[in-house]
Amino acid sequence: MIQSDSDVFNEQTILHKLRHYLPAQAPLKDFIHHNTLHAFQALPFDKAIFSASAILGYKVSLTLAEYRHQYAKGRIRDEVLNQIIIKKKGEAQLPEWKQKLLHGVYHRPMPRIGTLRANWKKLHQVDLDSLVHPLLFRILCSYLDQGIAIWNFPVWHKGFLASIRELERTSLTSFFRSSRAKELLLKGHCRIEQLLRILVGFDRTLYAHYLFDQQFAHQGWSGMVAVVEEHPETLLDKRKISLHDLIVFELLLEIDALDFYFGPYWLPLEQGLHEKPEPLFADVSVTELDEVTMLWQEAFEWSYYNPVLAGIQVAVQDKPAREKSFQAVFCIDDRECSLRRYLEQTDGRCETFGTPGFFGVEFYFQPDHGKFYDKLCPAPVTPKYLIKEVGIRRKHSRDTHFTQRTHSLLGGWLISQTLGFWSAFKLFLNIIRPSISPATATSFQHMHEHSRLTIECRNPEYKEKGLQLGFTIEEMAERVEAVLRSIGMVNDFAPLVYVVGHGASSVNNPHYAAYDCGACSGRAGSVNARVFSFMANHAGVRALLERRGITIPHHTRFVGGLHDTTRDEIAFFDEDSLQADHNLLHKQNKRVFLHALDLNAKERSRRFYSVDTTSSLTKIHNAIKLRSVSLFEPRPELNHATNALCIIGRRQLTRHLFLDRRAFLNSFDYRVDPDGKYLFNIVKAAAPVCGGINLEYFFSRTDNQKLGAGTKLPHNVMGLFGVANGIDGDLRPGLPSQMIEIHEPVRLLMVIEHYPEVVLHTIQRSAETYEWFVNQWIHLVVVHPDTRELFVFQNGNFVLYKPQAPPIPRTTDVTKIIEQSHDDLPVYELISSEQP
Amino acid sequence: MTKILVLFILIPLAGFLVSLAVPARKEGLMSQVAFGTVGLTLFGFQLFALYWLVQGSPTLNLKELVIYRTDGYEFLIDFYFDKVTATYLFVGSILTFLVTIYSRYYLHREGGYKRFFNTILFFYLGYNLVIFSGNFETLFIGWEILGISSFLLIAFYRDRYLPVKNAVKVFSIYRVGDVGILLAMWMSHHLFGENIAFLKLNNYELVHEHLQAHSWVGVFISLMLLIAAAAKSAQLPFSTWLPRAMEGPTPSSAIFYGSLSVHMGVFLLLRTFPFWEHQLSIRMVIGLLGLITSLVATGIARVQSSVKSQVAYSSIAQIGLIFVEIAAGWHYLALIHFAGNAFLRTYQLLVSPSVVVYRIREQFYHFVPRHHTVEDSLPKRMEYSIYMLSLKEWNLDSFMYHYLWNPVKWLGKKLGVLNTTKVLVFFIPVYACGLYLLVNTQLLPLGAHRYLPVIFSVIGVMMVLKSFTERIHARMSWILVVLNHFWVALAVNFNEQFEVTHTLLYLSGVSVFGLVGYLALHRLKYLEGSIDMDRFHGHSYKHPKIALVFLLSCLGVSGFPITPTFLGEDLIFSHIHEDQIALAFLTSLSFIVDGLAIIRIYARVFLGPHSRSVYEMAYRSS
Repeated sequence: MIQSDSDVFNEQTILHKLRHYLPAQAPLKDFIHHNTLHAFQALPFDKAIFSASAILGYKVSLTLAEYRHQYAKGRIRDEVLNQIIIKKKGEAQLPEWKQKLLHGVYHRPMPRIGTLRANWKKLHQVDLDSLVHPLLFRILCSYLDQGIAIWNFPVWHKGFLASIRELERTSLTSFFRSSRAKELLLKGHCRIEQLLRILVGFDRTLYAHYLFDQQFAHQGWSGMVAVVEEHPETLLDKRKISLHDLIVFELLLEIDALDFYFGPYWLPLEQGLHEKPEPLFADVSVTELDEVTMLWQEAFEWSYYNPVLAGIQVAVQDKPAREKSFQAVFCIDDRECSLRRYLEQTDGRCETFGTPGFFGVEFYFQPDHGKFYDKLCPAPVTPKYLIKEVGIRRKHSRDTHFTQRTHSLLGGWLISQTLGFWSAFKLFLNIIRPSISPATATSFQHMHEHSRLTIECRNPEYKEKGLQLGFTIEEMAERVEAVLRSIGMVNDFAPLVYVVGHGASSVNNPHYAAYDCGACSGRAGSVNARVFSFMANHAGVRALLERRGITIPHHTRFVGGLHDTTRDEIAFFDEDSLQADHNLLHKQNKRVFLHALDLNAKERSRRFYSVDTTSSLTKIHNAIKLRSVSLFEPRPELNHATNALCIIGRRQLTRHLFLDRRAFLNSFDYRVDPDGKYLFNIVKAAAPVCGGINLEYFFSRTDNQKLGAGTKLPHNVMGLFGVANGIDGDLRPGLPSQMIEIHEPVRLLMVIEHYPEVVLHTIQRSAETYEWFVNQWIHLVVVHPDTRELFVFQNGNFVLYKPQAPPIPRTTDVTKIIEQSHDDLPVYELISSEQP
Repeated sequence: MTKILVLFILIPLAGFLVSLAVPARKEGLMSQVAFGTVGLTLFGFQLFALYWLVQGSPTLNLKELVIYRTDGYEFLIDFYFDKVTATYLFVGSILTFLVTIYSRYYLHREGGYKRFFNTILFFYLGYNLVIFSGNFETLFIGWEILGISSFLLIAFYRDRYLPVKNAVKVFSIYRVGDVGILLAMWMSHHLFGENIAFLKLNNYELVHEHLQAHSWVGVFISLMLLIAAAAKSAQLPFSTWLPRAMEGPTPSSAIFYGSLSVHMGVFLLLRTFPFWEHQLSIRMVIGLLGLITSLVATGIARVQSSVKSQVAYSSIAQIGLIFVEIAAGWHYLALIHFAGNAFLRTYQLLVSPSVVVYRIREQFYHFVPRHHTVEDSLPKRMEYSIYMLSLKEWNLDSFMYHYLWNPVKWLGKKLGVLNTTKVLVFFIPVYACGLYLLVNTQLLPLGAHRYLPVIFSVIGVMMVLKSFTERIHARMSWILVVLNHFWVALAVNFNEQFEVTHTLLYLSGVSVFGLVGYLALHRLKYLEGSIDMDRFHGHSYKHPKIALVFLLSCLGVSGFPITPTFLGEDLIFSHIHEDQIALAFLTSLSFIVDGLAIIRIYARVFLGPHSRSVYEMAYRSS
């Protein structure tokens, strides 16, 4: 991928390359986490991040000062640091490198991006960006706008450039300041290459660099255009646009700005260029600063991983099998990690599982009276099924403050003198007593609890927009079996099995979709939980399952539910269908859930300065709920912040550990899947999903300005699809600082419980998945099921690993620990109070 | 009863001063100070308002604090309270109170938490000063505070390019408004022969008597006031600054540019209404300006595709209507309209991030492919033209550049290359010569008296123009703005013999702060090497203390009411005769450009992305 720019300019190649490197974030409503540096993923992690840094100017790690601070604090452990230096540099080099790490002074050279186009300012004293950007952004935003403007872009069917051409041809005025650019557009003499010849000159080797400079001067807008071009369906009100159109229009605006600034005669950029800038994608050599940074980063990571691994190695005795009270299947989401711990703590007889929160059922969902479909499965999957919500009449309360009438002259005149005073009162109320409003995004609204869903397919021949309405019994059984086997739930079923999706609630939060379930494409997981439960309860499905070796006893019922991770509330679906004896059990279990949720809210509250973690459970929980509806609360919850682990194995691996809500937990039983058939699917999904979340947090944390969205406080919503600062700014993809400020940028450590050779074979089956591990974007460790030995994945092999860590502290009760600290907590071993 | 009025200034002043002393890390204490200050005024106001209403809502005037007095001149702080003040205080204290509580949580952990509350309180002080002011001098102090606190809040995110650029832009427009007030003050001083109290404007006979003899003076003053009001309230042709001011944290944008700051022009018109009430032509001009603004701004609002700019232009349109209402004499309606518009826009801005959830949901369930808009009925050619014009904001921005800033820059560039030595080599002999002539006026040929002030004044203006357009030397630019005051003093001294103390009073602040500022720049240059003015350096990132010292110097040199220079400025103007329009114009021009040049130095050297930390900074466009 890293290669020198070819001498011959090829429009298609360069457009393709641009699309590859530009940010790939979809519009706000479809916010899904992904590796921010996905363009560099084919390279090993260190090479990749330092290339990205040298080429595009990103800050890809903590600063040396920050690492040194972590070292002084003891967060980076000395013995781990030594071990890593020795491993990479040899014993003899230890003192020298240690000296460099601790005291070296380094300077990072200027990045390559922008160096060619900077010559407009440097050599010709013209500030092209400020002449072109404001108008360009405004036109783009108006064209793509999804419903803010009252008067929309008058021409839009034909595509971006054609629409502008139409406007220019008909209108009495023009977007251009002088005539040449307008003529070029109207006469169609505007191939990218032609325009570049005017701007840059005859040296075609400069063209690619120029276009990269130009587009990366506003990577937010360019990225959005590239995403909409590739996935037009991501905008509800569709727009035809392409990166090509954007570039042509921008080049025209640049020519126009130069005509305006210099008059009709000016020389192209190549004239007066003393030396050619370094080719953008020429190989980036590794500097000593890079090496030092990487050593620190590894030490930072392994100082955390070691105690976790040591904790996993602690042998815990299997509990004597008792009758189970209930089983609960959650999403692998790190936010469910603590809730599961509290459920198990509150009711010692329950059992919890984790699997990606779409529960193996992929479909489009159409809410009652909805005009569109929501995709409810991981983003890369394209479902063939449609499930409809019927039998409910939704009421959406309205709020005049958001309507367009307030912006008309007379309407505004009337409204400001009447409703205006009401606004003051509303503001007052919302500050004194925040409550749910039409502006709130709540997870429970996603699907109405009393609606019916069309889950079972009656007629496979019938298609709606090419989608089959519901699943056939055979298709249902397939999916139920796959999930049950993958999490190792194949026998010993409890009378009640809860399948709990998750979602979030917030207000005044344009990034609301990022808080919902990533495995459901940024929506709440309620429909999936309900659909899966329906399937698993279906008599026909059970009969088929029985034939395939999974016997779900008659008295076992599956119940769907939704956990709101912001409010720590839970809703259960189809409770009416439970028989009397089940209902009784369910009522008992509900109490367990409610208590666990209280405790979970308490544990979360330690991160919030405005909540007193030591007050009563009810008080804390109320304070937590209040956050989700408070206009002035930029942190309704902390989402995936601090995520660092992904553990694929039985609950025994981690049940005795306090992991501080930092782990994605995917249940898996190697005994059920000896040759890794299900493991393959788990890893194939977990690597991009968990790895994507982890790396998005990683890079939004290390460079919150260029890879993250910066602070959200000044954000302005653009066209309902993105946010920018102020009104003339570039779109800001990535995560705002409020989401990542407490996050430690460490890569994901994936731990799998299986035999190393099986895992090796499994991850190698798909090149795409293998890339994550072999290029070290995710660390992989395998726990040998028999010996409990650890093997770390290095250079394509599993190598025996002994974690160096001080003894793991033990505790019978984490309450005190939680109450005392706002910061990241170390790993604790949880022991029951009876034990010595 | 009138004595109580002082409290509404003293409490915010005390709150502001206390807030400066709060350590930056104590978020809780900081927000409590703000909460307490604003809460106390809100509470105090309610009690006072009750009492005032019971008393039959009389108009109050407190003429008490004489700051400086000399023969034929007194500078006094004068307070005034009537229904307009009451309404503005009501709206201002409620909104500021709610927003301080709001921001207490909203800004948690934000870098600059303290800075934010300091500036809010400073703004609140300025706001109260303006609305309680009983004469132009008092009003102008508050007016200046509003300007500088707006600059600081827009540039709150000082490490990014756009906030800084826009802060300078808004400040420039405000500065244009300031000329209006300065000239209006100057002329009214001559008209009435004193620093007129607003109370006296209510005296129809008095105003009428003065105006009858000088009707063009009345028109002049009214037009200057209108310029000031239009600039502050974002009316045509100044409108484009308002949406661009939305760069700070949302709550500050909400109260400042959604409500309070932007309605100050309305206040000025209401306050001076008795003065122009009987000038029919002026009333028509104001009404017409309001009407055209409201029509154009509505058009622009209709095409906005970002939430905040949409709210901004809707608000401008409503303020246009308020101008019409005032011109028509419907003051109660204007006051109600102001309050309602302020509340509505504040709330709309505060909930603006929610618009995504709300509208996307609405669209999901009620999508209709395209609404037919009114404009679709127009012929295509008209429709497209109006759409494109509205999208380009009727070229107002380039209009301002073309007719206001470009001529200034062009003049400055004509002055060619200067450096510190050349400036001093020119300054010392010429100035000495001027002083010599001043002392030995008998040497002057007859009639030279008339021209010398203008000549020296022109030199002063040239100095600031050069400073304003200087691309390289920050320190020279600074020296030029400081020296400008010396030229102004020299020029006016030729005008009539007045006490040396006046000149000293005027130059004392300038000299001290000028020196401090020079030393700050010198120190920075020594530490960092380059402080050239061809780009933003962002040195406040590494040197916040030097930045603060320099900011204070800037305030001092620009005649901000922390030095005697402020008094001097007013005094200087009182020595310009009413027939010396050229001198008055040149002097105010030099003040304006002086202020711009100063803020430009501060912005270029200390604000913007830190040029040495490329990897830590945001892209320029973001």
